[in-house]
Amino acid sequence: MSWALPLPVVVPLIAAAVLVATGAILPRRVQDAIGIAAAATATGFALLILAASERHDVLHWFGGWHPHAGLALGISFTADPLGAGMAALACGLDLLVLVYSWTYMRRQSQTFDVLILALGGAMAGFALTGDIFNMFVWFELMGVSAYALAGFMVEELGPLQGAINFAVTNTVGAYMVLMGIALLYARTDALNLAQIGRVLGHRPADRLVIVAFALIVTGLMVRAAIVPFHFWLADAHAASPAPVCALLSGAMVELGIFFIARVYWTAFAAPLHAHASGVRDVLVGLGVATALIGALMCLLQRQLKRLLAYSTISQAGTMLAGIALLDPRSLAGVANLVLAHGLLKGGLFLLCGVILVELRHIDELRVYGAGRRLPWAGVLWLLGTLGLVGLPPLGVFLAQQLLYEGGREHGFGWLAVVGAVASGVCAGAMLRAGARIFLGWGAREDELLSPEPDEHAPERDVSGRPLGIVAGIAIVLGLAASVVPGIEARTELAAERFADTSAYRAAVLHGAAHGDAAAHVSFSLLGVDTASALYGLGALAIAAATAAFGLWHRRLPPRILSAGARTLGPPVTVIRLAHSGIVGDYLLWLSGGALAVAAIWALTL
Amino acid sequence: MTILVYAVVAWVFAIGIYGAIVSRNLIHLALCLTVTQSSTYILLLAIGYKHGAGAPIFEDVKLGTAAVDPVVQSLTLTDVVVSVTVIALILALALDVHRQSDSIDPDEISTLNR
Amino acid sequence: MSSRQRLRAWIAAPVLALFAAILGWGFARAPAFGDFHGAYGDLLNRIAVPQRHTSNVVTAIVFDYRGFDTMGEEFILFASVVGVVLLLRAVREPATGQDDPVASDAIRLFGIIMVAVILVFGLWLAAFGLVTPGGGFQGGVAIAGGIVLVFLASGYRAWRTFGRERLLDPFEGLGAASYAAVGLAALIAGAPFLHNLLGLGVAGTLRSGGSMTLLNWAVAVEVAAANLVLYTEFLESYLVPHLPRR
Repeated sequence: MSWALPLPVVVPLIAAAVLVATGAILPRRVQDAIGIAAAATATGFALLILAASERHDVLHWFGGWHPHAGLALGISFTADPLGAGMAALACGLDLLVLVYSWTYMRRQSQTFDVLILALGGAMAGFALTGDIFNMFVWFELMGVSAYALAGFMVEELGPLQGAINFAVTNTVGAYMVLMGIALLYARTDALNLAQIGRVLGHRPADRLVIVAFALIVTGLMVRAAIVPFHFWLADAHAASPAPVCALLSGAMVELGIFFIARVYWTAFAAPLHAHASGVRDVLVGLGVATALIGALMCLLQRQLKRLLAYSTISQAGTMLAGIALLDPRSLAGVANLVLAHGLLKGGLFLLCGVILVELRHIDELRVYGAGRRLPWAGVLWLLGTLGLVGLPPLGVFLAQQLLYEGGREHGFGWLAVVGAVASGVCAGAMLRAGARIFLGWGAREDELLSPEPDEHAPERDVSGRPLGIVAGIAIVLGLAASVVPGIEARTELAAERFADTSAYRAAVLHGAAHGDAAAHVSFSLLGVDTASALYGLGALAIAAATAAFGLWHRRLPPRILSAGARTLGPPVTVIRLAHSGIVGDYLLWLSGGALAVAAIWALTL
Repeated sequence: MTILVYAVVAWVFAIGIYGAIVSRNLIHLALCLTVTQSSTYILLLAIGYKHGAGAPIFEDVKLGTAAVDPVVQSLTLTDVVVSVTVIALILALALDVHRQSDSIDPDEISTLNR
Repeated sequence: MSSRQRLRAWIAAPVLALFAAILGWGFARAPAFGDFHGAYGDLLNRIAVPQRHTSNVVTAIVFDYRGFDTMGEEFILFASVVGVVLLLRAVREPATGQDDPVASDAIRLFGIIMVAVILVFGLWLAAFGLVTPGGGFQGGVAIAGGIVLVFLASGYRAWRTFGRERLLDPFEGLGAASYAAVGLAALIAGAPFLHNLLGLGVAGTLRSGGSMTLLNWAVAVEVAAANLVLYTEFLESYLVPHLPRR
C-alpha cells in the first residue's frame, strides 16, 4: 500500500491547480464535478490506507530516499491507524463540504472549490507525515487556505476582521512551532520524528529540549483553540461560510490536538519520561479550563455559528485533557471523540447553512419559531445535540467511556465530571436554541445572550432539502460512530501502537514491521459501563436543566435571579469582555499563555 | 559571540510580537509579523553556521571542502516563501477592511463591528 | 492612543521580556555559534554531488531530498495567491479610461532596456540553479520583477498587456500542477513519489539533475506567475483607482 500514501494529499492539490489553470475554459458545473471527484478519490485512498495500516505501519519515502544507516535522508509519510483515520476523516469532511457547496455557494464557487481542496490536501498531509518540518509546511498550507476561506464574504467587515484575527494569531503560533523545530534540529541534526526521538532518548531533557517542547506545543495549541489561545476560533467561525466552519471545527482544530500527541510520543516521551506528571498537570489544567470556559461562552451566544464554535472549543479542551493523561486508553478515547465530534459538529454547521438558506438569519432570537415549517431540520438538530451529549450508546459516548476509564487509572476520575458538565452545558445551549427556533418555546427576548452581528442571507431560490440531506449524512454517521462493531478494541489497539515509541522508530528507520499482522480483528459490540452511562445521563440532565433555564429564566422568582446576578454576574462579565475581537488583545493573551506554559515547564521539568 | 547571536533571535522575536500587540495600523502589524519571522531565519542560519566554512556549493571548490549546513538553508528558503504569502494575505485583508470602514486601526475596526 | 492600547503596551513589555529571557535561557544549550556539525547536513554535503550530479547542495535538498516540502511550499504560494485574488478581485470597481503615461523618454528607453536585461538575468538565475546559487524561486521572482518594470517604464496601458488575469491564472495553475505531476509520473511508473526518472546528467552543466530540472522550471513558472498575479491584484485594487483621469 506504500504507493497510495501520497495520493490523499496529491490528488486534491493537483485538482486545485487544474481548476485554476482551466478556470476560463471549463463551465462551473464541470469544475465542481472535478473537485468532488478529487475529494472522493482522496477519501477512498485514505480509507484504503487506514485498512492497510491496521495490520502494520505503512511508509512512503518521498523520492525513494530510504534511511541511510538509520539516518533519514528524505521525508517520510508514516501511516498508523490513528494518523490514517485522521486523514480519512479530513478527506471525508472535505468531500461532504464540496458536495454541499454544489448548491450552497452562489458566487466565486471556483475559488471556493480550489481553497477547500487545498485545505483538504493539507490536512491529509498533516495527519500522515512523519517529518516535523514537513508538518510545518502542511500546517501553513492549512492556515493559508483557511484564512482566505474565513474572509470569503469580503463585502462585510465582520468576516474580514475574523479572518485577520485568525491569520495573525495562527501565524505567530506557526513561528513558535518553527522556532521549536529549529531548536530540535540544533540538538538532533534531524527532522524525521523517529530519528529526533532516537537522539533525544539518549539523555533526559535539558533546557533546550524543554523550550523546544513548550514552543511546539504552544504553537499547536493556538491551532487547537486551547484557552488562552482560543479567541480567534469564534471570530473565524462566526464569519466563515457554514461549510468552511464544518471543516475548521470538524477536522482542523482536532489536527492541532492530534499532532501534540504525535510529537509527544515520537519525540519527547523518552527525554521527558521522568517528568511526565509535570507535562500532564499543565496540559490537563489547560484542557479543563478550555472545556469550562468554552461551555460558559457557548451558553451566552445567540448567533448559531458562534454558539457551535464555543462548543468546539469546549470539546477541544476535553480532547487535550484526554491526550494529557499520556495513556493509550485515554488516547483511544480522544480518537473516538475526534471521529464522532468531527462528524456531528460538521453536520450541525452544515445544518446552520440550511437554516440560513431557509430562514435567512442564524440568530436564534430573530428566527424565533420560524423553524416550525422545517420539522426535519429540527429533528436533525436534536439528534446532533444528543450525539454530542454522550448519551449511551450514541455519538461521543464511547469516547467519554474510554476517557473516564483512562482518567480513573491516573487519579483523574474527576475529569469525567468536568466532561459531563461541559458537554451538558454546551448541549443545553444547543437545545435551547433549537427549542426557540423549531418549536417557538420560551421567551422571545433574552438579555443574558450576547448581541452579536447576525448573518443575513439574501432571498434565493435554493431549497434547503438537498443541503439537509448532506448534513443528515454527517450527523447519522457521527451518531453511529460509537456502535460500529469492534471500534473500541480497534482504537485501543491503534492507540497502543501510537504510543509504542520504540516500535515506531524501528519501523521508520530500520523498516521493521510495526504492528501485529496476525492481530485478531475484533467485531465485538460496545459494552456499556454503568458509571459511564450514568455520566452520560447526568450530562443529559444538565443539558435539559440548562435549556429550561435559558428558555424560562424570567419565570424564576426575582429574589433568586438578583442573587444569581450578583454572584455570577461579575466573573461572567470579565470572561465575556476578554473576548473583545481586538487582535492586539488576542496576541497579548497568546504571549502571556506561552510565557506561562514555558515558565512552568522551565521551573518544574 | 554565541550569546550575542541567540540574544538577537530572542530580541527580534519578542520585539516583533510587541509591535504587533501595540499596533494601531494593520499594515504596520503585518510588517511586525515579518520582523518576528526574521528571528526564525536568523536562528536557522545561525544554527547551521560553521567557522571558516564556505557555501554548500561545490562548483569551483573541491568536494569535501568544509561547507556550512545546507539543510537549514533550504528550510529558510521555504520559510521565506511562507512569510511572503501570509503577509500578502494580511495586506489584502487590510485593503478590504479599509474599503469597508475607512480605518485600518484594529481596535477601531472591532468597535465598528460591534 | 486609547487607554486600552496604552494598558496593553504596559502589560506586553514585561510579558515579552520574560518570554525572550526564557528563550535565551533555552538557547544557551544550543551548539556554540560556528561549531555545528550536523550529521544530516554533513552527509548531504558529502553525497549530494556524487549521487545527484548537482553542484549546489541546497538545490539538491530543495528539489530532491526534501522535494516534497517544496511541493507543499509551492501550494502555499498557490493557495495564498488564490486567496488574495478572492479578497481583492471580488469587490473591485472596474478601471476604465485611466492611464498614467510616463513622460520622460529617458526613463522609457532605459526602462525598456532594463526589462530585457532583467528578464535574461532571471532566466539565467533559474536555469543555473542546480549549478550555482539561484534556482526557480530566485529566478521566478526576478522574471516577475522584470515584467513589472514595464509598468514603471511605460505606464498602465502597456502593463495591461501582461498584467491580465486570463493570461496569468493558467500559468499559475500549470506551474503548481506540473510540480505535482512530475511527482505523480514517478508514482505511476512504479517508483516512489518524486523519484528521479530522468537520469543524472553531467555535474556542473545545465544537463545535470534529471527530474530536478523539470521541478526547477515548474517552480520558476509558478513563482513568476504568482508574483505577477499579486502585483496585478494590488495595483488594480489600490493604485489604479487613484490614477489621474485623462
